[in-house]
Amino acid sequence: MVQESVSFKEIIGDALIDLAREDSRVLVFDADLVNASGLRKFAEKYPDRLIDCGIQEANMVGMAAAASEAGVIPFAHTFAAFAARKCVDQIFLAACYSKLDLKLIGSDPGVTAATNGGSHQGMEDMGILMGLNNITLLEPSDGILFRWMLREVKNTPGVFYIRTNRKEERKLYEGDTTFQLGKGNVLQDGRDVTIIASGIEVYEALDAAKLLEEKGISVRVVDMFCWRPVDKELVIRCAKETGAIVTAENHATSTGLGSAVANVVVNNCPVPMEFIGVTERFGEVGSIAFLQKKFNMDAQSIVKKVEIVIGRKGGRQA
Amino acid sequence: MKTEEVKKFADKLRYEAYRMVYEGGDGHPGPAFSIADIIAVLYEDVMKIDPENPDWLDRDRLILSKGHACPILYAALSEKGYYGESVEHFNLRKLHTTFQGHPVMGKTPGIDMTSGSLGNGIPIGTGMALAAKLQNKDYRTYVITGDGELQEGVVWEGVMIAAHHQLDNLTVLVDHNGWQSGGSLKETGGVDEIDSKFASFGWKILHIDGHDHAAIKAALMESAGQKGSPTAIICDCVKGKGLSFMENNNDWHKKVPTKEQFEAARGLIEEEKHEL
Ligand SMILES: Cc1ncc(C[n+]2csc(CCOP(=O)(O)OP(=O)(O)O)c2C)c(N)n1
Ligand SMILES: [Mg+2]
Repeated sequence: MVQESVSFKEIIGDALIDLAREDSRVLVFDADLVNASGLRKFAEKYPDRLIDCGIQEANMVGMAAAASEAGVIPFAHTFAAFAARKCVDQIFLAACYSKLDLKLIGSDPGVTAATNGGSHQGMEDMGILMGLNNITLLEPSDGILFRWMLREVKNTPGVFYIRTNRKEERKLYEGDTTFQLGKGNVLQDGRDVTIIASGIEVYEALDAAKLLEEKGISVRVVDMFCWRPVDKELVIRCAKETGAIVTAENHATSTGLGSAVANVVVNNCPVPMEFIGVTERFGEVGSIAFLQKKFNMDAQSIVKKVEIVIGRKGGRQA
Repeated sequence: MKTEEVKKFADKLRYEAYRMVYEGGDGHPGPAFSIADIIAVLYEDVMKIDPENPDWLDRDRLILSKGHACPILYAALSEKGYYGESVEHFNLRKLHTTFQGHPVMGKTPGIDMTSGSLGNGIPIGTGMALAAKLQNKDYRTYVITGDGELQEGVVWEGVMIAAHHQLDNLTVLVDHNGWQSGGSLKETGGVDEIDSKFASFGWKILHIDGHDHAAIKAALMESAGQKGSPTAIICDCVKGKGLSFMENNNDWHKKVPTKEQFEAARGLIEEEKHEL
């Protein structure tokens, strides 16, 4: 694994330019955030293929989905905080229920909105959309995966929401890594417990696994970049083979990745589970690392949860 | 009118807001400077408030719908004495701060409404004004909205219902500076002819220079006397007004001044030069 800095802000512009060059059906919508999103580059290259709708996210999403009826492949961007909160009815009606196409991108989810504070820290975007039908929910952990995702959703008819960090990101995957929609990625194998993580929490999970290794605990780490549909087969396999699961997400645990995983676990192979994520609180200003720590989403907090969950294995109490 | 006081107050607010962004290392100076004069007149010369009693039920309300401009509001609250002495270090957008990146009601005394998600101020102001009517309270509700922000559809739902309920205790001030985040309103395609749009819903319209203190005061007084409809005061503003290099330069939408650019603010507060 390579450790090198990339910014999603650059990737999104470059990747969509590539897709637009290859496929004339690609059209991009934004809601007055072309400077913030990195889509300025796309707008300069293809001025007629970026529709800046202004500050009207809901209308943008309705328009974008509707455009697909005439054969357009619509990408639309706004901040993750607004993508679901402001647009859920349009996503439901104009995209999911109508069985049209929409590739919605929400940037700066959860604590990655950092200094913008609570109004901009969407802790609930995936949860709001989790209850809809006919939608795929994704979150990349690194740039290689994000690039792959953009291409994959372009080539796959249907409704997709990608929540993505806009800032600097560590690099996780090699350029030639292959992924599959709906399939989680096992980053390292282990016997005693599985940490199922997504987005920025994947890095915390890997750090936690290292710390746990030193304590003699063997940890499997999964990058579950597809939250809906969640990789049922893999979740069941992890439950069976490691006997305990901790989920880690930059999102409200009440409605996010953890609850999706728990759903599979209780229905198929009940094992002890613990959850890392945002619980019953709003965001506040701070650096990403500070907030991860404050909200108990850092590697140390994961270590604690792993110890608890292992204590509960075999009916034992922590 | 407290002409001299308001002028001094406005200068001081600009300086403090700028200092806040500079020290905090993040924020939106251009949007803050755009409404400095409106905020100055409201807080220094018009609004019925009690800084020692920020939750006083009969106080006038201010909803900063364009929440990203909050440094100027924080500065006004500080200068009015909401936090005792003027705040020395706001720690804007820093860890544990009272002064968040966008206003948060309940966290920061004097903030009458949470904002940051654009478009919500007018509907929210409508609710507060309606409640005043129903409870026979005589407070006024003021909303400051951006012009780009008017692109949000929910704005016009609020505009419609406020007129229907004849909320003459509601005054909306539109910061009409012609710019939004990604560029000019013209490039984005709207909203133009703001006056006639509000008027067509039945609002009283006043159109003024948003940096002319006397005109702002006069318009606010006129809106207070208005009967049977809410008032929209369309304020022609210059984004970044007060520092020449910031004026109408949208790079300053969100930007932190360098040390040199910060020093340039010296001219803003004549009397206190030595403090810099
Ligand atoms: C619902 C929503 N969408 C997008 C943003 C991001 N944003 C912050 S300021 C801004 C532009 C606002 O333009 P305007 O209302 O004219 O205010 P000005 O920039 O002139 O201060 C945008 C799009 C936001 N805060 N809320
Ligand atoms: Mg504006």
